[in-house]
Amino acid sequence: MKRLTKPARAQFMRLGAAGSAMLFVTAMAACSSSDDDGGSTEASNDTYTWWDPYPQHDEGSDWAQRVAACGDEAGVTIERTAYDTTALTNQALLSAQEGTAPDIILLDNPAVSTLADTGMLTTMEEFGFDTSEFDENLLAAGVVDGDAYGIPIGANTLAIYYNQQILDAAGVDPASISDWASLTTALQQVTAAGHKGITFAGIGTEEGSFQFLPWFWGAGADLRDLESAEAAEALALWTGWLEAGYAPNSVITNSQNTTWEEFLTGTFGFAVNGTWQVNSAAEAGFPTGVISVPGVDGGTAPTPTGGEFITAPVQDDESRYDVTTQIVECMTTPEGLVETANTFAYYIPPTQAGQEALLSEDPSLQPWVDAVRTAKGRTSDDLGTDYPLISEALWTAVQNALSGSMSPEEALAEAQANAESATE
Amino acid sequence: MRSTMNSITAAEVAGAAAPATTAGVPPPRRRMSSTRWAALAFLAPLAAYLAIFYAYPLYRNVELSLHDYTPRAFVQGNAEFLGLDNYADVVSSSMFGLALRNTALFVLISIVAQYAVGLALAVFFHRRFRLSAVLRAMFLVPWLLPLIVSASTWSWMLNSENGIVNSVLGAFGIGQINWLTSPDWALWSVIIANIWLGIPFNLVILYAGLQNISGDLYEAAALDGANAWQRFWRVTFPLLRPVSAITLLLGLIYTLKVVDVIWIMTTGGPGNASLTLAVWSYREAFGTGQPDFSPAAAVGNMLIVIALAAGFVYLYLQRRQERT
Repeated sequence: MKRLTKPARAQFMRLGAAGSAMLFVTAMAACSSSDDDGGSTEASNDTYTWWDPYPQHDEGSDWAQRVAACGDEAGVTIERTAYDTTALTNQALLSAQEGTAPDIILLDNPAVSTLADTGMLTTMEEFGFDTSEFDENLLAAGVVDGDAYGIPIGANTLAIYYNQQILDAAGVDPASISDWASLTTALQQVTAAGHKGITFAGIGTEEGSFQFLPWFWGAGADLRDLESAEAAEALALWTGWLEAGYAPNSVITNSQNTTWEEFLTGTFGFAVNGTWQVNSAAEAGFPTGVISVPGVDGGTAPTPTGGEFITAPVQDDESRYDVTTQIVECMTTPEGLVETANTFAYYIPPTQAGQEALLSEDPSLQPWVDAVRTAKGRTSDDLGTDYPLISEALWTAVQNALSGSMSPEEALAEAQANAESATE
Repeated sequence: MRSTMNSITAAEVAGAAAPATTAGVPPPRRRMSSTRWAALAFLAPLAAYLAIFYAYPLYRNVELSLHDYTPRAFVQGNAEFLGLDNYADVVSSSMFGLALRNTALFVLISIVAQYAVGLALAVFFHRRFRLSAVLRAMFLVPWLLPLIVSASTWSWMLNSENGIVNSVLGAFGIGQINWLTSPDWALWSVIIANIWLGIPFNLVILYAGLQNISGDLYEAAALDGANAWQRFWRVTFPLLRPVSAITLLLGLIYTLKVVDVIWIMTTGGPGNASLTLAVWSYREAFGTGQPDFSPAAAVGNMLIVIALAAGFVYLYLQRRQERT
């Protein structure tokens, strides 16, 4: 650099110093003003904030319009932000810590008890909502110590889809599948006929537990006792399918989306998947059908409920609750629930009235309405915030057994020990 | 050659600068303080940047690891002080030994292989040939791809039933290998993917290092009758040592903290077969339905200490070399 003359240098120094100081002050101001901004969710009286776990539905989507319409009805603008399901829980915790929680959060049902436990959610009673009309098994996930902290806006669950072409070719009648033995026999017939048997998601995340639970509960096992003989029987069913080649080895890392893609290739006889694939199944390149997940000795296994709850985080400014109430109401009337079901195509309304209204529009959803009625919340049985910890131990056991590093009994015994130490 | 030229210019500059500073002797006090203020003001943005983006997060991480931050305590801000209990829990956990072993294997094998392949490619490209620039650019592709893309592609390629790797192996009569789903293979699979991802970084830095080795030395070595192998071991490798050291150190730090590749390919599974310390930390904090920030922060801090220790070893070795 060319050296500056002395006065020029001094001036340069002063300028530089002033510039730096200004930068510094602006930076500080930016930091502190961002704190103020945080409060502005409450400052503005005609804008209400709304978070949901549906990033796949962008601003122009039917869902976004449905949310906006509920705002219009209440005479306010709803500012909607979508996060990925797991990220949403973390964002909600962070916002509650900073005192900037949104007015409404749509939460995945197992997260409700975790957030309620932090004290950041209001009870539905405080809002004057009567939750008695909601199916108890569906509402259960949002109930902590007798108080409901949210209302299900819809529910979904798991069942077994089948490929009619493959079953016909293998000579399998889906109606004959009534228990585990007959299902395994069907898988044997399908693979003997040269097709692939069944695909499911055994991935090492919550999805893995979600998919294993129908078999776990269907054997009569209890989440408080992971090492029971019933639990081992359920896990042995899955590992047996892998060993016999009825299910592909890749189920260990497959998510529910991946297994559905596999099923859509038309090479699998069966796939365990959820209500949310109803439309996709109808558009598949082959005829499909649905049977419920059987219990070990027959009957229908309880499947875990999926779906979101509408919750209202605590606000400093309580005057906001009136409008929030109107928005929640708009989403949870029977008509509102049916509209949500139609918007998403994968939600069954959580009330009897809503279900009847939906069935009158589309009777083919009957098996799914039945499945949702017998479904069970993952956090119910008073598990609450213990559920995520137990679930982690459970999916790890599933992974260990499926990959052959442990026997089902060993894997579940270790899981029980881990779950006990995590929840003590 | 270039380095001597640099030192000459540096000496000239120093010589020119010396009289200028001694020439104008200022009236002592006032001038001193105004310079100092100016100096502080110039320092302020950097200091603020370091404080906000480095010191505070580090402090916060340590604070998280010393308290019991359950989700409730996180929101209400009344976490119980536990001292080093979280660290004790982590170290005594059945997963700690496994995670430490996996981390050591993952890091060491990754950086040694990345370095070896990177160096071989750098030496290869050092000799200019037709299309060498194009080929070299193509080797940088792994660096440019978003990790979610490359890691997903690797997991498709390594799929047990439908992956291209198994179908190629099958053509040679090798039976199905469960790359991602067998506890014996999962760690190797993520190491292989990670090596592939790290090669461009090593290639670029080592290639730049090679440019600084004077061609005269190779000429002299050739005149002395050294063959290509000897030229590499006696000239290239020793002269590249400083660049190699920094490449390996950066490689170590980058590899220690790898979460994304492993998370996308195996989520640390099956079971915990490919669990490293970094993945463990991520899983505790963000991978389950119940965020457990305190143990996650404790594991993260251990990683920082390991990286820091490696940095000190590097400094020590460098000093020792400078002294000799």
